[in-house]
Order: sequence, then C-alpha cells, then structure tokens
Amino acid sequence: MTSDNDRRRGLLARLRERPAARSRGRRRLGAAVRLIAALMLAGGAYTVFAPGAQAQDNPQLTGAAAEGKALFDVSCVTCHGRNAQGVEGRGPSLIGVGAASVEFQVSSGRMPLARQEAQAHRKPPVFTDEQTRQLAQYIQELGGGPVVPEGDDLREDGNIAAGGELFRINCSQCHAFGGGGGALSSGKFAPSLHPATDRQIYAAMLSGPQNMPVFGDNQLRPEQKADIIAYIQETLKHDQDPGGFNLGRYGPSTEGLAIFLVGIVALVFASLWIAGKS
Amino acid sequence: MKRRKFDLAATPGKAAVGVDDRFAVATPLRKLLNKVFPDHWSFLLGEIALFSFVVLLLTGVFLTFFFEPAMTEVVYDGSYAPLQGTPMSAAYASSLDISFDVRGGLVMRQMHHWAALLFMAAIVVHMLRVFFTGAFRKPRETNWIIGSLLFWVGFLAGFTGYSLPDDGLSGTGLRIASAIMLSIPVIGSWVTSSVFGGEFPGTIIISRFFIAHVLLIPGLLVALISVHLGLVFKQKHTQWPGPGRTNNNVVGERMFPRYALKQGGFFMVVFGVIALMGGLFQINPIWLFGPYEAWVVSAASQPDWYVMFLDGSTRLMPAWEIPIPIGDGYVIPPLFWPTVVLPGILVGLSTMYPFLEARHLKDRNSHNLLERPRDAPARTAVGAMAVSFYIVLTLSGANDVIADKFQISLNAMTWAGRIGLLVVPPLAYYVTYRLCLGLQQHDREVLAHGVETGIIRRMPDGRFVEVHQPLSASNGHADGHGQLDYVGWVVPKKMNRLGALGPAIRGFFYPIEKPVEAPVSPGHPPVEARPEREEIGSGESRR
Repeated sequence: MTSDNDRRRGLLARLRERPAARSRGRRRLGAAVRLIAALMLAGGAYTVFAPGAQAQDNPQLTGAAAEGKALFDVSCVTCHGRNAQGVEGRGPSLIGVGAASVEFQVSSGRMPLARQEAQAHRKPPVFTDEQTRQLAQYIQELGGGPVVPEGDDLREDGNIAAGGELFRINCSQCHAFGGGGGALSSGKFAPSLHPATDRQIYAAMLSGPQNMPVFGDNQLRPEQKADIIAYIQETLKHDQDPGGFNLGRYGPSTEGLAIFLVGIVALVFASLWIAGKS
Repeated sequence: MKRRKFDLAATPGKAAVGVDDRFAVATPLRKLLNKVFPDHWSFLLGEIALFSFVVLLLTGVFLTFFFEPAMTEVVYDGSYAPLQGTPMSAAYASSLDISFDVRGGLVMRQMHHWAALLFMAAIVVHMLRVFFTGAFRKPRETNWIIGSLLFWVGFLAGFTGYSLPDDGLSGTGLRIASAIMLSIPVIGSWVTSSVFGGEFPGTIIISRFFIAHVLLIPGLLVALISVHLGLVFKQKHTQWPGPGRTNNNVVGERMFPRYALKQGGFFMVVFGVIALMGGLFQINPIWLFGPYEAWVVSAASQPDWYVMFLDGSTRLMPAWEIPIPIGDGYVIPPLFWPTVVLPGILVGLSTMYPFLEARHLKDRNSHNLLERPRDAPARTAVGAMAVSFYIVLTLSGANDVIADKFQISLNAMTWAGRIGLLVVPPLAYYVTYRLCLGLQQHDREVLAHGVETGIIRRMPDGRFVEVHQPLSASNGHADGHGQLDYVGWVVPKKMNRLGALGPAIRGFFYPIEKPVEAPVSPGHPPVEARPEREEIGSGESRR
C-alpha cells in the first residue's frame, strides 16, 4: 500500500480503513460469522412470529375446549370442516361466530342439522348443556366472538313496557305480534319464540342466526335486551288471553276461519232445525 | 152491590178492540199477520245477517259510550301493565280501557267484532243461496242489486270499524288504504289528502272514520236493509217448486203466530251464538299489537276475512308499473289494478248479473219458483267459478300464515295463487257443469225406471235383474212404466222415502214421537196397517 494510493481513495475509504491491515483469512471468517448471525436472527424471528406446523395441530386449548373439540370432531366436522374452517357448499366457517351462536344453535337442537334445507328447524337438542358449553368454549377459543352473559335469568330488572315497544319495532315484523313466528321468502321463516329460553333469545340477538339480523350491543344495549326478553317471557308467554281461546294468535285469518267453521255452521244447523219444526 | 168478575181470558181481546176503536188497524194488520212465508232452511240465511246487524247496533251503542275518537297523544296508565307509560292516541287508550277497565267491555267489543264477521259471512252465504237458486231473476233484480250493495257498504262499515282502535293492525290497514287511494291515477294524491286531511296519518282520520262508522254507514245500511225487506214483502218470497206450489201462489206459514215466533226464536239463537263466540274466542287482541306507529308493522297483518281477497289480489299482482310520459310524467302503480280496478269490475259484474243472464237466455218472464242448482247448470257453474276465484284470492291474502304454519315456501304459495287464479275457476266451471248434468240425469232415470229396491231377482233362465219400484202406477205402457214429468224438485231415491220402511224417527236430539215398531224381518210384515204413508212423488212435503 503506497501513499499515492491512499491519496487517490476518498475520505470515506480512509475512515473505514482498519488500523492494521488484516489477513485475507480473517476477513473471510468474519463474513461467515456475520452471515450465520443474520440467518439465525431471521430464522429466530420467523419461528417466534409465524405459527409452525407443530402449533397448528395443538393450539393451547383449555380442558372444556378440548372436550368440545372432541365432540366437534365427531358430530360437526362433516359440514363445518377440520378446525371449523367450513366446507364449501355444506357448512360455513365457524371462526369468529362466538360461543353465543353455538349456544343458540346447539341448545335449541337446530344443530346438528337434520338435512340441508332452507332453514334449520328447532328439534330436541342432541347435546347436554355441559356438552353445549364445551362446544361453545371450543369455538370461542378458536376465533372469539360474542358471548352470552352468565346466568339463566337474563331478564332481571327488565322493563316490560319498554321491552314491548322495542319488540314491536324490532321483532314483530318477522316473529309477529304474538311471537308465534312468520314466513320469510323461499321457505325461510322466523320461528316461534314460545319454546325459547332467556339465554337462547339473548344468543339469537347477539349472533343473528339464520336469517335474523344481528342486534349487537351497540344496536340494542344489554339492558334493552333484558327488556325485550322480559316482554317475550312474561307478557307474550304468560298473557292469559283475557278474550278466551286465542285461535293461535294468527291474526284475522283464523278469525275468518272461525266465523265460518263455528258461527255459520252452528247457525245453519239452527236454521235446519227451525225450518224442520213445522 | 155485585162485584164484576175480572175475566183474564177476555183481556187481550178487549184491549185489541180498544186499540182498533182508536187507531183502526185491524184490517191492515190482518192482512199483514196473515201474510204467508214459505218455509225452507235456506230462506233463513239472510235473517242471520239481519239479526247480527241488530246485535251490531246494540253492542256498538255500548261501545260508543266509552270510545274516544281522538288522535290526541296520551300516556296510558290503565290496568294493562305491559303498556303502562306508553304514549298512544286517545282512541287506542280508550279501546284498551274498554277491553280492561270497563265492566263487560271486552266481551262487548268481541261480540261486536264477531257480529261484524258474522254479518258479512251471512250476507255472502245468503247471496250464494239467492244466486244458486235463481231467486234474483225477474222481478227481483232490484233486490239483488241492493243486496250486492249491502255487501260493499258492509265492507266499508267493517273497514272503518277495525280502523278505529288505532292499534298496530288498524294503522297498518289505514296505511294500505291510503296507498290504494294514492295509486289512483291523476286524482290519487287529492283523494288521499282530502280523506286524511293532509299527509298520512294526519290527526283527523279517526274522528272522520268514527262518524262514518257510527252514523253515516249504519244509516245507509238501515236504509238499504229496509228497502230490501220491504221489497221481499211487496214482491213476496220465492218458493221451491213442489206439490201445490206454482208460479202464482205462495205456500207456507202465516206471519203470525208461527213465522213470527220462529223468527223471534232464531234471533235468540243468533244472539246466543254471537255471545258465545264473543265470550269464548278472543278476537283482535289490540293490546298485543300496541299503539300504531308508522314504523311498526307486525307479521301476519291481515285485514278481516271479507277484505282479505283484496290483500290476496295485491300479493298475486306482478310488479308491473306503467309510466305515462305526459307532462312531468305519471306512473300507474301495480297496486291500482288489484285494489281499484278489480273491485270495480266485481261490483259491476255482480250487480249486473241478473240482466246479463236474462239477456243471454232471452228470458223476459217473471219467476217466483226457484230452480235447483242442478237444473241451471250454466249458472251454477258460473257461480262455482266466481266462488273459486274469490277463495283463491282470500287464501292468497293469508298466504304468509299458510306458508309458515304448513311449512310451504312463500314464493311457492304466491305462484300457486297466480296460476290457481287462472286455472281453478275454469276447472270449477267444467266440474260443476258435469256434476249438475249427472245429478239431473240420475233424477230422470229414477223418474223413468223407479227407485232401486236393492232386490236382485234371478230369472228362470239364470239371468239376474235388479228390481226397481216405479214411482207411478202403470198406465198402459208395455214395460209397466208410468210417465212422470221432470219438474225440478226432489225425486225420492230410497225405498224408505216411499214409505216402504216407514218414515225415519223425527226429532233433533231425542225422538219427538214414539217410534213405530219395525217389522221383525222382511218375511214378517207388521200386523197393523200403518196409518200414514208418504205421498209418492215428493220427498219434501211430509212435514
């Protein structure tokens, strides 16, 4: 290395210049160490941030959820797929639907589905309450989502009058004024509310099952949900029908049927009787 | 001094003489009381409508004592807890008070509503009787027209009535009515704003409907019913053909005492049925529908049954909008056809039917004898066509309830209604026509060959023949058959109708006469001759 050469190289090079010139072998060794360190850093970061194949098979499930997964893998996996990811054309993904949805569908017997049709029907439930909770816990831990509050009585302090008004505005369009349900398009329907429990109504509002819209906590506050449940459970179900037999509360259609089947039939018989008395 | 003996038995007579001395009513009254009405059960159907109208007036007067026809907003504080503190119109609050706080109010409200349904149902059933028996023919066309108008006025009475409580259901009905008025081209918006006093719902509609419902429409109904009954009186009632009955006489019972007593009894029966229904069956639970608010529409919001056919026609109508590019552009909405044009056609057709039929048959004679439905196959078939048309529309009016409860797709119900509306009436026409001809044919067969006896005889050559009992004595015909004319009345078709087995034991729930001892076996006929035998040729005259 001559001073002429030094002058020709720029300032940057002079600053970078090591105090003592290293041998070729040492320089190569340093590069190799740096490369290995960088590779290890990248690999380590990848291992930390990306779930490995090992983690996918064994998520950290609580005991209940693990039980739920066992049930899921026997009864639900056919349509909802492995890890509830859904099967095209058979069943939707359950990631993010939450425990509320599972609780509604399973505790009302709608799931497991009897067959593919416009809409699931209410049936006697297949799973016990305990099993339903385990399934719900599994789905909840898979993807999160809405959860029904604890307790069987979700209408405490519910204001029936306010609930009635909310019910008529939000629910009666489909479930009808008496909660008996009504038809929707193409074989879909709003079911009767009479067999539903507090938790099922709450879960339905939270999760919007089938064709029902979601009434999240920003649409109907939890206390408003309690009002609605109180109205359904205490007025619609326990209304003693002061006027007599309620004819199914189907509105004027059964009233029209009754006037012909009861009124006209009775009076035609009466006129046969009277005209026969001559 | 001898006390005069009070003769109780002579009192009515004396009182009657006293009245006649002063008012000279004996002669006209005698004519009235001796007026003869023919007796048949089907002639009592119109009375059901008349009597339920009386019940409507009575219960309606009771309801007006407590109903407040105002749309002023009040806050409910009555005894129905689920609505306490809810703001509502005074009309709805007073309807709730009638239902929960007025003694006997709920049963009166329910009787009023059931009586209204029964009134309309009886009108329709009576109308069918008149139609299918040809009672509308000359000279009674006017009464037919009045009867048809009674249906439409009753329709309006019902609509204004169930709009009054101002609950969710009646408000929905009013909204639809305003939409129907709006759909009329050119004048629609003017009509709506004059009826509602501005934009729907306004603040005046309940008061207006109230006065129409309690004064104007009942007044019109009373007037029409009076003319209807007056004409029946003047033109005399039609009667069925039969022994002794001709086109120029009336065979039946005198107005007094029998007919009047029967009618009085029948009124009590009608009243009783309405009261029972009012007490046993809940109708229109307004407390469940809540106060009307424009944004509240419940599922299964249907009109009462007699309006349901319009709801059905609306549901079946495809969404065909007709834009007319004149000026700023007009649009005839699809609602116009099923709710304005269709009822217009129906009113026209139904009122004009007697004239259409007479013109078609070139029939200018007066008819006081009825025709059995089978003897006028074309008319019966047209009637069946009209009835099936109406039924398809009415069922379609409730198609969401039917779809839901029988788990049928609502879309399938709509399409079934659309196709059914076009296919079912012609089918009904054909089937009915064939049925009429078949029934006629069988009557003629019995007249010609006699009644089947159920006895099979074996001839010496081994053939089997069925023995018939001829209805008339042989009059020289080689085959032993007499000739009986087809007169359009009941032909006996069973041997006991001919007296072969004695008449059936009479009585409604228990025998009103001691049953005649039946023969022990066909081989041992009764020893004594039966005192009374059925007259051959009329199964109906035995009374």
